[in-house]
Amino acid sequence: MPKLTVNDVEVEVEDGSTVLHACEAAGVEIPRFCYHDRLSIAGNCRMCLVDMERAPKPIASCAMPAGDGMVIRTDTDRVKKAREGVMEFLLINHPLDCPICDQGGECDLQDQAMGYGLDGSRFSENKRAVDNKHMGPLISTVMTRCIHCTRCVRFATEVAGVPELGAIGRGESMEITTYLEKTLASELSANVIDLCPVGALTSRPYAFAARPWELNKVETIDVMDALGSNIRVDARGAQVMRVLPRLNEDINEEWISDKTRYAIDGLRRQRLDKPYARGRDGRLHPVSWDEALKSLATALRKAKPNAIGAIAGNQADAESLYALKSLMTRLGSPNLDCRQDGAKIGGNRAGYLFNSTIAGIDDADAVLIIGSNPRIEAAVLNARIRRNWLSSRMPVAVVGPKVDLTYDADFLGQDPAILDTLADGTHKFAAKLKKAKRPMIIIGMGALARADGAAMLGKARQIAESYGVVTKEWNGFNVLHNAAARVGGLDLGFVPSRGGMDIAAMGKAAKAGKLDLLWLLGADEIDFEPFASSFVVYQGHHGDSGAHHADLVLPGAAYTEKDGIYVNTEGRVQYATRAAFPPGDAREDWTIIRAVSGAVGKSIGFDTLAELREALCADHPHFADADAIAPAKWASFGGRAKLSAEPIRQAFDNFYMTCAISRASETMAECVRASSADHGAAVAAE
Amino acid sequence: MLNDADRIFTNIYGWGDAGLKGAKARGDWDKTAKLLALGHDEIIERMKASGLRGRGGAGFPTGLKWSFMPKEVKDRPHYLVVNADESEPGTCKDRDIIRHEPHKLLEGCVIAGFAMRAHAAYIYIRGEFVNEARRLQAEINEAYDAGLLGKDAAKSGWAFDIYLHRGAGAYICGEETALLESLEGRKGQPRLKPPFPAGVGLYGCPTTVNNVESIAVAPTILRRGADWFAGLGKENNTGTKLFCISGHVNNPCNVEEEMGIPLRELLEKHAGGVRGGWDNLLAVIPGGSSTPLMPKDVCADITMDFDALRNAGTGLGTAGIIVMDKSTDVVKAISRLSYFYKHESCGQCTPCREGTGWMWRMMERLVRGEAESHEIDTLEQVTRQIEGHTICALGDAAAWPIQGLIKHFRPEIERRIAARHAVDAVNAAE
Repeated sequence: MPKLTVNDVEVEVEDGSTVLHACEAAGVEIPRFCYHDRLSIAGNCRMCLVDMERAPKPIASCAMPAGDGMVIRTDTDRVKKAREGVMEFLLINHPLDCPICDQGGECDLQDQAMGYGLDGSRFSENKRAVDNKHMGPLISTVMTRCIHCTRCVRFATEVAGVPELGAIGRGESMEITTYLEKTLASELSANVIDLCPVGALTSRPYAFAARPWELNKVETIDVMDALGSNIRVDARGAQVMRVLPRLNEDINEEWISDKTRYAIDGLRRQRLDKPYARGRDGRLHPVSWDEALKSLATALRKAKPNAIGAIAGNQADAESLYALKSLMTRLGSPNLDCRQDGAKIGGNRAGYLFNSTIAGIDDADAVLIIGSNPRIEAAVLNARIRRNWLSSRMPVAVVGPKVDLTYDADFLGQDPAILDTLADGTHKFAAKLKKAKRPMIIIGMGALARADGAAMLGKARQIAESYGVVTKEWNGFNVLHNAAARVGGLDLGFVPSRGGMDIAAMGKAAKAGKLDLLWLLGADEIDFEPFASSFVVYQGHHGDSGAHHADLVLPGAAYTEKDGIYVNTEGRVQYATRAAFPPGDAREDWTIIRAVSGAVGKSIGFDTLAELREALCADHPHFADADAIAPAKWASFGGRAKLSAEPIRQAFDNFYMTCAISRASETMAECVRASSADHGAAVAAE
Repeated sequence: MLNDADRIFTNIYGWGDAGLKGAKARGDWDKTAKLLALGHDEIIERMKASGLRGRGGAGFPTGLKWSFMPKEVKDRPHYLVVNADESEPGTCKDRDIIRHEPHKLLEGCVIAGFAMRAHAAYIYIRGEFVNEARRLQAEINEAYDAGLLGKDAAKSGWAFDIYLHRGAGAYICGEETALLESLEGRKGQPRLKPPFPAGVGLYGCPTTVNNVESIAVAPTILRRGADWFAGLGKENNTGTKLFCISGHVNNPCNVEEEMGIPLRELLEKHAGGVRGGWDNLLAVIPGGSSTPLMPKDVCADITMDFDALRNAGTGLGTAGIIVMDKSTDVVKAISRLSYFYKHESCGQCTPCREGTGWMWRMMERLVRGEAESHEIDTLEQVTRQIEGHTICALGDAAAWPIQGLIKHFRPEIERRIAARHAVDAVNAAE
């Protein structure tokens, strides 16, 4: 632990720290452009120069390892001059187009020019102009503004694992480019926009839309995947303008996926803003809430209790799940399911959580991935696996289709029988699992959402138990979910209760004419064909396939429009906050269920969100612990049946369109088009 | 003047056979194994005792540099890298060593490599040296065939390989860490120091980067003794040195001379004197384009060694002497150098990337007098804003020539500005 003196203040810093860290520890602000905590050190902007005793020249504090006894000064005339000099150099070729630049108001260059720069310019030559580069539908480039900090290059290479961004040219002709002017083939690409300290890389969908100071900023939780990434939603009035990542070291650090960031334009399209009922002509007609509630109450009264079913979608908040479950219980129906894809999970918590926690990936020393493509199912989590692999070259194996995960992985094949050989130790990867001190298994919906999903889960548990994946200090058995609502739903028991039907059984019953009423809580990703003869109620926010097949549509709120609790794949309870109001007559979902309960005369016992949460937390105490994870007790789960020979497939292929919001998003559609155009099938010349 | 007997590079003009046979006849590869038998540390000690200072420009003591390598080879191999990316304007000594004395370099690689416990040397040769690279590769092959390189180099029991790598035409790759980057296959951009190459160098392994001349003189120093070398030249500036004399002299040449020889003697004895006589001299750039120029009055009694030139506000650099007589447009000459540095800046760090272009553009205006006289001060301040603030020394190298110009020729620049203003005033009046 080296001890240094910074401006006469003595500080002690961790081994491996830099002088810049030491200055920060001493409470001294060091201006910087190229340095970023999560990227490698480039030392090229020269803004962080400080004086070190006995050094003939000022040193770059970001790159200089802190040494014992160093005497650092940041308040000398030489440091001040150095900063002014660098600021002047950065500005000579930087256009003074702040009034038309989207970075304005949140620009490092603006801020630091104010703090450390000179007041005027001595530069009277022509300024450099640089051609803009095509970086796909998400990133808008004005490369004349680039200050060559190379943060974007380092992010793409190191974190995202796509070495497609780089610098060409030399000296003042140096340009940052994607070489072939292709869309950046990464699910994390738009993070370079946040990293760019100037307005060279800005958000294309958000271009010229708003200024940061006009926006209402709300800290909330993302629902595009099951990670529960921490986000900040910036809204102007009723419109969500943009989504930015929020720091959470345990989940998303400071990255978010492109879908999290850009699916939000889907919130403005295809919205359900009033109730609809299917008329005699077979078409949906707008109706009033009164009419809608009345007709639903009538239908519920008419239906036999065990002929009523409820299926919850992937983005349902815990409150509405709890309210709907309460109502179904009051109605006497045991038929609940929150697993649209038919995944065979539930019951013991250790059997459906990402037990090691996401941060636990940093400690793993071998990973076996079964039926999951973390790159598209949880892009931010995948970056964490990559980071561990980069530093440790830990062995990673995948049972499933061969895909590019941005790190080297051993693709063992798609045959489920491979799991048997892994379990009995005859497979050669078994030795690597055995050697590992903290091995990890990540099992995804590609393996669990199949007819033999329970047996898959059981087999994975068997592998886990044979290779020390679960020990006293370490639980590396991880289920990677795709749905933000899934763990919450399972925690609340939104699964068939005694004698109840799951989604497959409901389908069968419906075909036999034995399911009178089906309530879909934002469920769009199911097969609707069996339910053609049932009375289908769709409660949700988008006119997606659920609404198309419904007889009655109740307009609900999207995730940005309601306060809600979500439990991520680790079992972490997080409270989301409303950033805007739902459009038109749409209502927050729990209030709709509460209103139906009133109309049908089956009280569910709460009238406010606070009361609902109180009841919810009374039944399920861990929901009261926001941002905490209660470790699950290891116990038996999964089946013992023989695995089928059906090859293990990916849960889904299209990263950009996985929910009603992203399917309605033009930006996501643009991304799909761009990625297939730029990175589709190889042409003959390749 | 240096005795012929004390010359190291006896074939620097290529009058004899540059091949292995000719080299052996001149004494190269003579009992190399016996030199290696001195042991790693003894060789380094003798190099230290000789007082040899690096011939690439910075003048860092070579033996001391070698001694920074770890004393034991642990998990990572050691490498010797020879910097043959000679691109400094005014410098062409390494080129002639490679052309005419290649075996001095190859033998030097074996000895230096052995001293620093390396089994491989990489020679990074300037891309434009096409014929030189072919020639050198042919000589490497011949040395392998003769058993002087390979598993049992020169029958010493020490395995040693030499790889020749051609650059792609970038001045910056002559900076030692940019050279390593380029050698590893990346964009030639200097690395941050620390860590220094002796700790983390080529492929992350301990590495020493030396100039061609520093390596090529090592065998002779060891053969003739450190005392012999230390006895030549001046204290702290020992030995002989190849001087490259170009520009307005009657007989431009490369010549090996004793360190500390007076500049005037050097020019008059070997280069046939300044064109039009000594009185026609305007200025001399003493050590390659990056060193500040010296006006005639300084040139009269300056000696050519590291310390004397440093005290005169310039440097020995690579000893590439550029002579300018009174026909020279000195502002334009320095402006041309500014263009060179602007063109060769790697673009990695801010002061050099932005500053070199700014300086060149200002220089271009000063050539024509299209400026205000306070802009001379601005230019001088810009050079100070670059100097010492960059990752590598290219920023300094770009700043120094201009600083030298302003220091010694400010009246000339002001005269041009005044003349231009006078013309503008006349034009405006019409």
